[in-house]
Amino acid sequence: MPAVSKGDGMRGLAVFISDIRNCKSKEAEIKRINKELANIRSKFKGDKALDGYSKKKYVCKLLFIFLLGHDIDFGHMEAVNLLSSNRYTEKQIGYLFISVLVNSNSELIRLINNAIKNDLASRNPTFMGLALHCIANVGSREMAEAFAGEIPKILVAGDTMDSVKQSAALCLLRLYRTSPDLVPMGDWTSRVVHLLNDQHLGVVTAATSLITTLAQKNPEEFKTSVSLAVSRLSRIVTSASTDLQDYTYYFVPAPWLSVKLLRLLQCYPPPEDPAVRGRLTECLETILNKAQEPPKSKKVQHSNAKNAVLFEAISLIIHHDSEPNLLVRACNQLGQFLQHRETNLRYLALESMCTLASSEFSHEAVKTHIETVINALKTERDVSVRQRAVDLLYAMCDRSNAQQIVAEMLNYLETADYSIREEIVLKVAILAEKYAVDYTWYVDTILNLIRIAGDYVSEEVWYRVIQIVINRDDVQGYAAKTVFEALQAPACHENLVKVGGYILGEFGNLIAGDPRSSPLIQFNLLHSKFHLCSVPTRALLLSTYIKFVNLFPEIKTTIQDVLRSDSQLKNADVELQQRAVEYLRLSTIASTDILATVLEEMPPFPERESSILAKLKKKKGPGTVTDLEEIKKERSSDMNGSAEPASVNASAVSTPSPSADLLGLGAAPLTNSAPPPSSSGSLLVDVFSDSASAVAPLAPGSDDNFASPDLASSEVVSEEPADTVHDADELFHKFVCKNNGVLFENQLLQIGLKSEFRQNLGRMFIFYGNKTSTQFLNFTPTVICSDDLQSSLNLQTKPVDPTVDGGAQVQQVVNIECVSDFMEAPILNIQFRYGGTFQNLSVKLPITLNKFFQPTEMSSQDFFQRWKQLSNPKQEVQNIFKAKHPMDAEITKAKIIGFGSALLEEVDPNPANFVGAGIIHTKTTQIGCLLRLEPNLQAQMYRLTLRTSKEAVSQRLCELLSEQF
Amino acid sequence: MIKFFLMVNKQGQTRLSRYYEHVEINKRTMLEAEIIKNCLSRSKDQCSFIEYKDFKLVYRQYAALFVVVGINETENEMAVYELIHNFVEVLDKYFSRVSELDVSFSVSEIHLSVSFWCTFQFMLSSWH
Repeated sequence: MPAVSKGDGMRGLAVFISDIRNCKSKEAEIKRINKELANIRSKFKGDKALDGYSKKKYVCKLLFIFLLGHDIDFGHMEAVNLLSSNRYTEKQIGYLFISVLVNSNSELIRLINNAIKNDLASRNPTFMGLALHCIANVGSREMAEAFAGEIPKILVAGDTMDSVKQSAALCLLRLYRTSPDLVPMGDWTSRVVHLLNDQHLGVVTAATSLITTLAQKNPEEFKTSVSLAVSRLSRIVTSASTDLQDYTYYFVPAPWLSVKLLRLLQCYPPPEDPAVRGRLTECLETILNKAQEPPKSKKVQHSNAKNAVLFEAISLIIHHDSEPNLLVRACNQLGQFLQHRETNLRYLALESMCTLASSEFSHEAVKTHIETVINALKTERDVSVRQRAVDLLYAMCDRSNAQQIVAEMLNYLETADYSIREEIVLKVAILAEKYAVDYTWYVDTILNLIRIAGDYVSEEVWYRVIQIVINRDDVQGYAAKTVFEALQAPACHENLVKVGGYILGEFGNLIAGDPRSSPLIQFNLLHSKFHLCSVPTRALLLSTYIKFVNLFPEIKTTIQDVLRSDSQLKNADVELQQRAVEYLRLSTIASTDILATVLEEMPPFPERESSILAKLKKKKGPGTVTDLEEIKKERSSDMNGSAEPASVNASAVSTPSPSADLLGLGAAPLTNSAPPPSSSGSLLVDVFSDSASAVAPLAPGSDDNFASPDLASSEVVSEEPADTVHDADELFHKFVCKNNGVLFENQLLQIGLKSEFRQNLGRMFIFYGNKTSTQFLNFTPTVICSDDLQSSLNLQTKPVDPTVDGGAQVQQVVNIECVSDFMEAPILNIQFRYGGTFQNLSVKLPITLNKFFQPTEMSSQDFFQRWKQLSNPKQEVQNIFKAKHPMDAEITKAKIIGFGSALLEEVDPNPANFVGAGIIHTKTTQIGCLLRLEPNLQAQMYRLTLRTSKEAVSQRLCELLSEQF
Repeated sequence: MIKFFLMVNKQGQTRLSRYYEHVEINKRTMLEAEIIKNCLSRSKDQCSFIEYKDFKLVYRQYAALFVVVGINETENEMAVYELIHNFVEVLDKYFSRVSELDVSFSVSEIHLSVSFWCTFQFMLSSWH
């Protein structure tokens, strides 16, 4: 690395920095900075040409001011000048400035690209290095377009210096990450792989990073890297601790390179060639052996570096999951770390062991550490380590230790940090269900959960216990007895009341024989909780009461009295009132037979994967719930756990989801013919729909209420894919101030947008991604404009391929021409067939009037002069509205700029206000627009005023912009 | 993959930040403030890795200065942890040689503004 210019070489800079450091207050600092900015501005604008040294000094100052968090909007030109200098110190500062303060001004970019091109061709390794670093730092698409073809050549050329090769590899990596489409694979790929053999370890390190990333996307092309990586790794791990000179870190040979090589190997399965495979196994054994040897240095750096390599080696062993011997050794090694005095090691050991637990070879070995892990749960002082311990317990749980683990987790739950309680609750609920041999234990566990951490027991958990109790008749009596006893507690959690109410309503008769839990006592017990409960729970209890009328005719009059009381019949809550009225009516007029039919016991729930599991996965993200079995089921559970918009549900349900038999029960038959006419039927829908409210807003007596769950899941399918515009207004509004992002996403399809606009023209790239593994057929996206819109907006689209493969993405280009101002947005309609079902959805396409804005800078005087000219009441539209987001000035500024107008600083006499100006370009006219936004922090309100020469434009812009704050 | 590299002092002032993934400027300030809050709230006997949103923070404290690196799931925590130290050693050596000031490693702004460049060069060549 060439020496950096000395800080003390620029006295002015040092003085300025120490001035800033000595500032006593923020205000003083800002004052000093403003003074300096004014000074630099005048110097740059002055007639006297500045010499290289002064330019460098001022640019450095600007950079420093930027680093302090102030915006810098000038100096780019001077920086570009410096960058073309032949002096290293000047060139370096120029590049630094450009790298840090990237500017999208195209004129400037052209100049910069030119300078870079010269430096790349200069054959001066230092200059080439600077240029490559600048490309990597900026990493923009323009840069990629200009240089992505050039860099691979530099990288593989025989005469390129090592340091340049190194930079070229990393530069290419950066460009590949930002614009993979612009980095072409080609002849160079095979030559890049051979860099793994390079003499220079720096080049090898850089190349390994590059190859790892490329290999993830193009495994076939880089397959040969496996054997090269293995032999390189082998040479490193067997080298003496001083062999590698500069690349030895505290007696550990090239630790970071080793980690990277091990990571590269994790892109591939175990090598097929037995020789390579043998050599790799040897390497891994050597690494494991070294962990047992006495350390070569007492320094913590030595052991840290050694352990970094060890952990990566263990990751590779787990990834291959094929050598039982290595897996068990890895497990033993991690076991030692579990009791290490360094918290970091304990944390990492718990984390690695979690993945080890899911391998069939090492599952048993992991289980031997159960006591240590439980102890960690009790004694560990760091919540993140405890969290890992919980994860590991969850991962190592099986039938043999479930009771112990669940008991320990419940124990821990009493004192657990609030941040992880909900997750523990979910985990306990899942384990209890999964490994229950005896369902009484399951019921006890869940009730304990509610007792200990009722607030953290989500709906999924108590829905699930009810599903299970209803499906298993051997546990119903026990469940009724247990909830009855639990409800005796003077204070019990509302979730317990819900479970209790539901279970007693169904199975209260099973314990009614005992005089201690006679019908009347059951009813009084429940009713004593009634007034303390929230509306949804009360609604549920009312359903329990009507069920009691059927179960226990002897207390019918008591219940009728309760229903008849003013607090029920005249309840302010419509749902409660309606239930009371209808249940009362039902109990009075219906014959016993009808009552018995209407209020029959709930039919068994169809078996499907636990909604709890889905919830846990949603919480943790896929892949982190480590259980082989579960990973296989992930697809089906995703279907279950959807909380997405309505039409999504429809498509999710229509997908044939493999019913996951978690309980080992036979699938319960679905009875289409006899819908169970139960008022609680409505609850069932909730259980599956993940909806927020506990009780579906269906009142008994209405026809809907008798819809069976199977109807709910089958009929919706045929009806729902109607042509309704997808209500993604929120997403639509997000695009008003930005051009790229995800427009729509459900479980099948993701739609991404990239768009650019210039004057009255625009181009939009729509990306349709098939998120499933199944082909979409007859895929037809259509952009629809209403008649009004057609005359003002010209849209041209190319048809796309009608089949979209699973996991694939297709792109569609829309060319846009704005003829005159317009109000509505075009609609994007998409139809396709997925797995036999027809899908149809529509979203608004965010092509809005403001996209055709060109910002206009103007002085305060000009602004107000024009403002006055547009004083005709028809030209002004004003909106006063409440802030929807936190009122942050910086965000507001960014939004106004994103909206397309120029943000005019120091124009409004009140600095808290924002003013902007711009011109809307249409084919027929250009419309000048002025806007002013006045925030009122106290009232959390805004007043937005738009003045343009055209009323409709003012109106539309005002609407669009008002939604943003 | 490394997502960002930060040096923040105990008062929450960012002394150096590099992002390897695009984050909007105004979001950076918020992110940095939250990160330092997270780091400050931890005690010595807690581990140096924090799960934060969808990534992990690896941090080390040198006197009043925190060096924080944001990484994603695929990175080796221990290697990054030690990389921070390696980086700090390089800075230490570099500045005591160049400026002849006795830098007892309270990395002051002047160093950082100049070292910006070498930081990145270093980061790239040894890890990125």
